[in-house]
Amino acid sequence: MKDVIIIGSGPAGLTASIYASRYKLSNLVIGGLLGGTITYAHRVDNFPGVAGISGFELSQKMAAQVKSLGVEILGENVTSIVKDGDTFKVVTESEKEFFSKTIILTTGTKRRKLNIPGEEQYLGKGVSYCTTCDAPFFKDKIVVLIGGSNAACSGAIHLAEFAKKIYLIYRKSALRAEPVWVEEIKNNPKIEVIYETNLIEIIGGTNVEKVILDKPLNGQSELVVQGVFVEIGGVPSSLLADQLKIEKDQEGYIKVSPEMETNIKGVFAAGDVTDRSLVLSQAITACAQGAIAANSAFEQLKS
Amino acid sequence: MEHQFTDQNFETEVLKSELPVLVDFFAVWCGPCQMMAPLIEELSSELEGKVKVGKMNVDENEQTAQKYSIMSIPTLILFKKGEVFKTLTGLRTKEDILAEILEK
Repeated sequence: MKDVIIIGSGPAGLTASIYASRYKLSNLVIGGLLGGTITYAHRVDNFPGVAGISGFELSQKMAAQVKSLGVEILGENVTSIVKDGDTFKVVTESEKEFFSKTIILTTGTKRRKLNIPGEEQYLGKGVSYCTTCDAPFFKDKIVVLIGGSNAACSGAIHLAEFAKKIYLIYRKSALRAEPVWVEEIKNNPKIEVIYETNLIEIIGGTNVEKVILDKPLNGQSELVVQGVFVEIGGVPSSLLADQLKIEKDQEGYIKVSPEMETNIKGVFAAGDVTDRSLVLSQAITACAQGAIAANSAFEQLKS
Repeated sequence: MEHQFTDQNFETEVLKSELPVLVDFFAVWCGPCQMMAPLIEELSSELEGKVKVGKMNVDENEQTAQKYSIMSIPTLILFKKGEVFKTLTGLRTKEDILAEILEK
């Protein structure tokens, strides 16, 4: 029986484990993909102390710190959580069973899709959800990148190291990324920002050849491109919460108190899966929430 | 330990293999590829004798990566008797990969 089982192994979960360990709470981290969404960032410049680090490296450092405190990170997905009195039973996809007194959910988000014709068909044939993975395949090509967040703007800048031309397409009238990124975008001659516009279709042969815009650009609603990068955020991975009847908002984010408690006693949540992440969803805020969740678990176990 | 495929050994190790072969096209600069690396290693031992599992660095083996039009990584391709049997693009969990490749 563990004091805490942490489900999810991104920045929120890994930080929760570090704090839990230092509170001398026995804990276990379970997560199918170690590192979480931050591993998609090619460069992280706003995490204090480690400027210029890649998202993957940052997550590896966090994981190493977790393990150095003697905690196991189990690389599996959780399929069910059942509450029986004051005990939680957690079952993984290989049917391993674990028991704990408290749970911290840090399951993050899945990438949001455009849901337009051609998107699925051209996945891996020009459509990508990961600029850090795929930018080098688009050397001297023309691409569109959809989105206006930090991830979208930093992605566009990374793409500009390879592609010939990048159309950054955003549905609103101003980019929502940090001004530092916005300035870099504006100063980059390869990037053209197209505001208040959406993609409605992706067309091609074997690979992507063009996209259709919902609003003409220079009189044309067709844009000839070889790549379509989608950076429009995530949708919360909060299905597990339903088994425990945890309250969620309309979009599926887990509702938490300032102490990161859910409506179910003994269950806490942190990071991008919570409604707090709607204010700001960054590695540093996920870490902060993970720390608070571990502290709240500690306070509850003490009393 | 998973196999290491290259432009040089691709034909003998993959195309002419008796067993089906799962190739993980990856690059060192790709965070999500690194995230999937331990899963590939586990799959390699779990599937031993059934499916040959290995990795291919797209930077060092451009010829093969281009032949199979790799434009997104991680990409997993399952080869059977020298032919592409199934392609899985993007980050996947182990159970997901197993379900896809063991499916008839």
